[in-house]
Amino acid sequence: MSEIDFEKIGLKVGLEIHQQLNTNKKLFCKCRPIESDEYTEKFSRSLRTAKSELGKLDPAALFEKTKSKKINYYANSQSSCLVEKDEEPPHDLDHDAKKISLLISSMLESKIFSEIHVMRKTVIDGSNTTGFQRTMLVSQGGNLKVNGKNIGVQAVCLEEDAAKLLKDEQNERNYSLDRLGVPLVEIALEPVSTKPSGVKEIALTLGRLLRATRMVKRGIGSIRQDVNISVMNSGVVEVKGVQQLDQLEKIVGYEAKRQYGLILIGEKLEKLSITITKEDVFDVTEIFKDCDSKIIQNALKLNAKIQAIRIRNFSGMFGFEPYSGIRLGKEIGQLVRFFGIGGVFHSDELPNYGINDSDVDKVRKHLELEDEDGFLLIAGEDSKLDYAVNSIIKRIQDATNGVPAETRATTQDGETIFLRPRPGASRMYPETDIPSISVMPEEIKLARENIPKSWDESIAEIQQKYDLNPQLSEQIFDSEYIELFEKICENKKNSPNFVASILCSSITNLERKGLDALLLKPEHIIESFDLLASSKIPKESLEIIFESIMSGKSENVSIAMQSTDISSMDEDELNEILDKIIQNNIELVKERREHAVVTLMGIAMKEMRGKVSGKIVNDLLRKKVLEL
Amino acid sequence: MSEEQGYSGNALNCLKKYNAKVSDSIKITSDLTYSGILMPRYESGDDKHLVVKLASGYNVGINVDEIQEIVIISSSEVKPKRDQERKEDPDLPKILLLSTGGTIASKVDYRTGAVTPALSASDLNEAVPELGKIANIDTEVLFSEYSENLQPEHWTEIAEKLDSLANSDYKGILIAHGTDTMHYTSSFLSFALAGFPIPVALVGSQRSSDRPSSDAAINLIAASKFLVESNTRGIFLVMHHNDNDQTVACHVGTRVRKNHTSKRGAFETIGGHPAFIITEGKIEKNIQSDFFKDTKYNPRMKIDTKVTLVKYHPGYDPKLIENLIQTGCKAIIFEGTGLGHVGRTMYDVIKNANENDLFLGMTSQCIDGRVRMTVYESGRDLLDLGIIPLENMTPETSLVKAMWALGNSNNADEMKSLMLKNIASEF
Repeated sequence: MSEIDFEKIGLKVGLEIHQQLNTNKKLFCKCRPIESDEYTEKFSRSLRTAKSELGKLDPAALFEKTKSKKINYYANSQSSCLVEKDEEPPHDLDHDAKKISLLISSMLESKIFSEIHVMRKTVIDGSNTTGFQRTMLVSQGGNLKVNGKNIGVQAVCLEEDAAKLLKDEQNERNYSLDRLGVPLVEIALEPVSTKPSGVKEIALTLGRLLRATRMVKRGIGSIRQDVNISVMNSGVVEVKGVQQLDQLEKIVGYEAKRQYGLILIGEKLEKLSITITKEDVFDVTEIFKDCDSKIIQNALKLNAKIQAIRIRNFSGMFGFEPYSGIRLGKEIGQLVRFFGIGGVFHSDELPNYGINDSDVDKVRKHLELEDEDGFLLIAGEDSKLDYAVNSIIKRIQDATNGVPAETRATTQDGETIFLRPRPGASRMYPETDIPSISVMPEEIKLARENIPKSWDESIAEIQQKYDLNPQLSEQIFDSEYIELFEKICENKKNSPNFVASILCSSITNLERKGLDALLLKPEHIIESFDLLASSKIPKESLEIIFESIMSGKSENVSIAMQSTDISSMDEDELNEILDKIIQNNIELVKERREHAVVTLMGIAMKEMRGKVSGKIVNDLLRKKVLEL
Repeated sequence: MSEEQGYSGNALNCLKKYNAKVSDSIKITSDLTYSGILMPRYESGDDKHLVVKLASGYNVGINVDEIQEIVIISSSEVKPKRDQERKEDPDLPKILLLSTGGTIASKVDYRTGAVTPALSASDLNEAVPELGKIANIDTEVLFSEYSENLQPEHWTEIAEKLDSLANSDYKGILIAHGTDTMHYTSSFLSFALAGFPIPVALVGSQRSSDRPSSDAAINLIAASKFLVESNTRGIFLVMHHNDNDQTVACHVGTRVRKNHTSKRGAFETIGGHPAFIITEGKIEKNIQSDFFKDTKYNPRMKIDTKVTLVKYHPGYDPKLIENLIQTGCKAIIFEGTGLGHVGRTMYDVIKNANENDLFLGMTSQCIDGRVRMTVYESGRDLLDLGIIPLENMTPETSLVKAMWALGNSNNADEMKSLMLKNIASEF
């Protein structure tokens, strides 16, 4: 695989960040955004597409409609009210959210509008109960300094977060309303020519600027990146929902390669001049009645039809791979999967998948194909098939132009897959339930005066105040525990270095093992450090307590201590007891040295009656014995 | 909307200066340059801003004082929309949709952000294509009012219109109506058109019909299905049963009330189950008896509005009743407490009212439950003073019935008799 010269292919990336605000309320009601697995309410809806006056359906909306599903919503009354259920008009815009968005705009030197209008942006996949997202443009323009370079800011918007997808099935979709309505600031940056690593730099810098406000949420899911990617000024592709920075670089790299590959494919196609009309679509259901392919047979059982599309001069074009894994056949496969159609085959990959030479021959004959011609087979429900076939034909025709503008999602492996067509421009109309929002000069002045220390300054401050190394300072400041850290260190009884390490490393390590950090509440952490500070427990036991709580075995610190035998014994008391045991068994110790520890352990544990962890006793005994 | 489309004062002057009109594509030079389409402004907005829709689709307010120049890029022409041909299916029954207000279907123009009601048959068919599979729907606009602005004259107008259709071949009649006073209208029609041969369904929406989550289409579809399939007569109110989109309730028009300000399932049948419940197209019947107690069609559409609904409360000033008597009120419907009581501070005025031949009916502010005035002393005292208990009729229905009974009776006895007779399942 050849290396791609990103500059040569004119890679341009426009980053869009969505950052949750830490107001502890939602944008248009006072509900607290608490995440929970318990749902007290369930209700079901179906969303209808709205037609624009021109009679044209918004492409993305129409796309969703063809997959019309029943949508089940789950709500917890602690985090959702009638506003989230779309049973009540929105309340006034939350003032704190407004303040924070003005602050962020000021930090980016973005021009704030003196009158802000809330809009409804149509979304009908079900992630908003109303069928639209409430969003408003707060400011326009501005810039962000990244490594001395100025990156332009397009816009700063304030909007509500969407419901969280729980499950997506053939005919139903489940959402949880916990997250719906949480205030988000969306920052769109101007597209820049850069390498994939450069994008990561930009995202990191912007994330740090936001965290420097101390008013944004931290932790997984609190910040999401969308990237708009284009190469050689071809179609812009939006890649949605990149949650982790490390992924960002990989994804941009993959997408750039995919797009350039499509351009190369397009150049080849242009020379062939492809035309596909209605006459090139055939029903071939009869031909495949006895086919061995499982996919075909399964489809036929569900009363599907099979259509074939003839494409003259296309032999080899489906499978042509300018780069490994980048080919037109794969693009079409992804496109069609979203109609719920799993059976798509192209001539370059057949015979295969149970479709044999004789089947292929029958098709070629029926379609009157020459050697240089290609074909596509699609099996699916009648109602979906026509739309799918039209989409495929359009996709193939678009392929000549290189890269179609679309919206893609990311995969675990750092690749991108087709998600839906790019939505039509401006599917927005005014949110008439909310009057326009004035921004007074005083508010802007206040925002400017309250621009916080930069991220660099904040880090330097933490380094100095708590005597931490730069790396740990960065880690703790960027983590969701920064406030907790400062609170715990207030009483100066614990070493800040130790506290930071525990908060940054230990908890993350436990999470990596699959344990739930949400179960470990701030109270638990504070209590544990207090116990440590008053020498009631040894250092080692902190992680043990956290593990016990995060695994769900213990509800609180006391229970955790009991169930894991953590010492609630004074260190002095412990030493006394162990010294006594050693003295009582001094002959054994003198004879067998460290090997005596095993026996001593038995005696000691009996005496401790579970008040101290075995490990602690063991270590201490060893130490004492070796000292003798 | 006024010609200035909501702009006034400084903002309007600015527009006039540059000859800019709403819908024009303009470029504004201010602290920055803004290109977009000039939008109308809500009349309640200040006169300091112009509203512009930017290319991104967002509307913003631009301070007029900071504007240095406006250049018109292009003016838009309002193209009259060609009404699409609507195909009629000869095998399907006919239904009439009468619009009185409330947007049961609407269209959104994303370019301008305007939401307009879809009133014509072809508009309706576009917005709710499912209707085309249930019936052939004719549409007619009677008037277009928010239902809080409706007056008894409007009820009469609707009744007269329906009366004119009594012998038509419509299988059912839909009335699109605002939700605030829907139950008042349905009550009136139930009495004025007792025995009406064609089933009538009042339909509305709690959530605006421009939004994808609107209950409008679902209510419309269910109501249409109901009219076509239920083979029943009566005046019904059809709205969501609860917060799910799968279930729609058909309420008896005289026993229904709007019990929530905004929920989809705001309407509830008081003291019972909805007459019919439609779950994903299947109709389940709960009503045990006929809607109209007399099957013969007997239209009586007169009305006398000199009736007042009085909600009693501690501290109620009896002089207010005196005022009513003075100003010619002919009937008072009391919303008493509990089983149908008012405080004894009211006894004298009530006696006076009775002697002045006012009809005095008692309902309960508990809304649900039966008024029973023989149980307690207060109740018995009130009975002696001439108060007529109205059993379990809701206060709103009692008010409407009193207006209707007054208009269609010649004397107090006739009126009382009409009030107590079960005509349209109101008891």
